[in-house]
Amino acid sequence: MNEIALEGYLGIGALLFVCGVLCMATKRNGIGVLMGVELVLNGANVNFVAFSKFGTLGLDGQIASMFVIVLAAAEAAVALAIALNFYNNHLTIDVDRANELKG
Amino acid sequence: METLLFVLFGGTAAVGALAVVLSQNVVRMAFYLVISLGSTAGLFFMLGADFVGATQLLIYVGGTVVLLIFGVMLTASGPFITIKTAPSQVIIASVVGLAFFGVLFLTVLQVDWNANSARLESEYSASSLERIGYNEANVGNTARSLGAAFLGARFDEDLGRDRKELSSGYLLPFEIISVHLLVVLVGAAYLARAKRRVTRIEEE
Repeated sequence: MNEIALEGYLGIGALLFVCGVLCMATKRNGIGVLMGVELVLNGANVNFVAFSKFGTLGLDGQIASMFVIVLAAAEAAVALAIALNFYNNHLTIDVDRANELKG
Repeated sequence: METLLFVLFGGTAAVGALAVVLSQNVVRMAFYLVISLGSTAGLFFMLGADFVGATQLLIYVGGTVVLLIFGVMLTASGPFITIKTAPSQVIIASVVGLAFFGVLFLTVLQVDWNANSARLESEYSASSLERIGYNEANVGNTARSLGAAFLGARFDEDLGRDRKELSSGYLLPFEIISVHLLVVLVGAAYLARAKRRVTRIEEE
């Protein structure tokens, strides 16, 4: 049962987190940066649920991951609205050109 | 069997995340993100978190990513589908990313998790750690306990326990997050509303 111990899941979580951070740092498309944020939150979620099973966290880890999922949805909605506003005003989605955001 | 499933789901999640980073086309990035998040839901099911896995599929894959795809469709005009990152930045990012991943992964491998949890169990009294209501086999069926915990009652902690005080639930965070969602949706609708613009600011 415990062939795959905690380390495997933590490794997957670490990989998702690093991919998300790199995505946030290197993508120039605003939507791509948002996808990086989703990956980071997902990596944290994997850690929460893994500790919920293997650690002493019990159901609390799953509750924390539910909060993270809901907050990620809210964050995506607002950030997407801001990105659309930015696109309407500047006619580009390249975040390197977002040095003036005064609408 | 469990190893096989773990390799399948974990490998797909990892490859999908790497593909999100490496791909330059934003439409393909959205597709790879769906794959990565979906196989993460599979990992959740394997960890016995059935409700969290279902929520991941419904809200993340079904809601958030669809929202992102709509964003891609609304903003992907011609040159913005593929915005290339400069090669020097790619090299720097891969070096930094490998170093970061090395640090995290070595940390995970260095810690002796079994000894750690044994120490935790000895430090706190065993009575607070045996999960009576939480499904001894640790397989699924978490929806009822999760819902009760959100409403402030911890069946998984308190049932069959002869203690005077009850464990703390999550009613206040649940209410806060409800109001937060409402505020966020109103704010998003306000920000993204269709404005009638007289003149477009042309940048080039």
